[in-house]
Amino acid sequence: MDLTPLWLTLKLAGITTLILLILGLPLAWWLSKKRSFIKIIIEAIITMPLVLPPSVLGFYLLLAFSPQRNVSRWLQEVFNLHFVFSFEGLVLASVIYSMPFMISPVKSAFQQLPLSLSQASYTLGKTEWQTFRHVLLPNIKPSLLTAAVLTFAHTLGEFGVVLMIGGNIPGVTRVASIAVYDSVEQMDYESANNYSFILFTVTFILVMGVFIYNKYQVKSPLE
Amino acid sequence: MISIDIEKKLKAYKGVEVVKVQKNFKPGSITRITGPSGTGKTTLLKMIAGLVTPDAGKIVADNIVWFDAAQKINLSPQLRKLGFVFQDYALFPNMTVLQHLEYATKDSQWINRLLKIGKLETFTAHKPEYLSGGQQQRLAILRALAIKPKLLLMDEPFSALDILMKTELITDLRLLFKELGTTAIIVSHNPQELDGVSDDEYYLGDYTD
Repeated sequence: MDLTPLWLTLKLAGITTLILLILGLPLAWWLSKKRSFIKIIIEAIITMPLVLPPSVLGFYLLLAFSPQRNVSRWLQEVFNLHFVFSFEGLVLASVIYSMPFMISPVKSAFQQLPLSLSQASYTLGKTEWQTFRHVLLPNIKPSLLTAAVLTFAHTLGEFGVVLMIGGNIPGVTRVASIAVYDSVEQMDYESANNYSFILFTVTFILVMGVFIYNKYQVKSPLE
Repeated sequence: MISIDIEKKLKAYKGVEVVKVQKNFKPGSITRITGPSGTGKTTLLKMIAGLVTPDAGKIVADNIVWFDAAQKINLSPQLRKLGFVFQDYALFPNMTVLQHLEYATKDSQWINRLLKIGKLETFTAHKPEYLSGGQQQRLAILRALAIKPKLLLMDEPFSALDILMKTELITDLRLLFKELGTTAIIVSHNPQELDGVSDDEYYLGDYTD
């Protein structure tokens, strides 16, 4: 069995989760604060991948980053970045596709913290950043872990959007989910079974891990 | 001297409530705020702290304008440097007793003194969930005092304490207020709680539009 698709899948899920942790945390925090119309629009856009067929998202990304576009040419010339049929494209698509899995639980966790926690920190002379770093962030750790694991697991299972923007290039964009489809197409049921079993096992262990972690977490006095 | 002349409309079940307060607080005084539930006592404290913005009026503390609606001045809570004891304590679940105080001040001598006053010396490594209601409330008071505030706002600060603990703590707090020159504004429902302690009382009535 060729292990490259599995390695690519893990690499893609890892990079996507890391990017979403860096982008998602401040975004979720900002969205958790006072609502405004612009925030509603942004939240709706972030949530779209949950309901939109992945092929539709992939199709639009394919159009947006087609080499005929000026932006694509500029990205290629200045940063040597190609988003179509490349690993970078898979990362971009995965970040967009898995974003709601990171943002939603983290935003809810921030919203569930009593407002008085931040207020108490401000009256002690602490800035918004100090409050975020020392008070808010440590108190949403279980939700943050859940969000990171769900994002990772969801990226492992991506298919439609990855196929649309990445195609099926061995060693570059042929991730495990596509390898399963490809193996079935070629009547190689043994490989399909191996890839499927590994994906199933990894995702099951991850999700179980989250459930066990959350079950044995000491109940927060805020609950 | 803290001079307050503010107004804020609050949405309430029975319509719009207007919180109107015009009051001067003498330096070093202890003022008890009373009044029926829902008349905006907590909101008043939060407006003084800069956590809620009044619709109109002015707040001046020691000749520094903290808030002036007309001139669009609104000092942030961080710059007002006041202590606040929240009704729900607002303790940080991730921090131990000692970490709460260390988050507020680096003065270890002061921290030790506060721990003694609050009788929490043996609980320094405990997180709030492992403290009783009374201990949590004392920690909230100590944390607010850790920054040695010139103005201390307390929202029902003794509600979870037994009579003995309350009496001892109030005696210690009075001495501490005198030493720090702290002006205290205390919201309290219990009429006897601050008898002989508070120098002044303000009744926040019911104003409904």
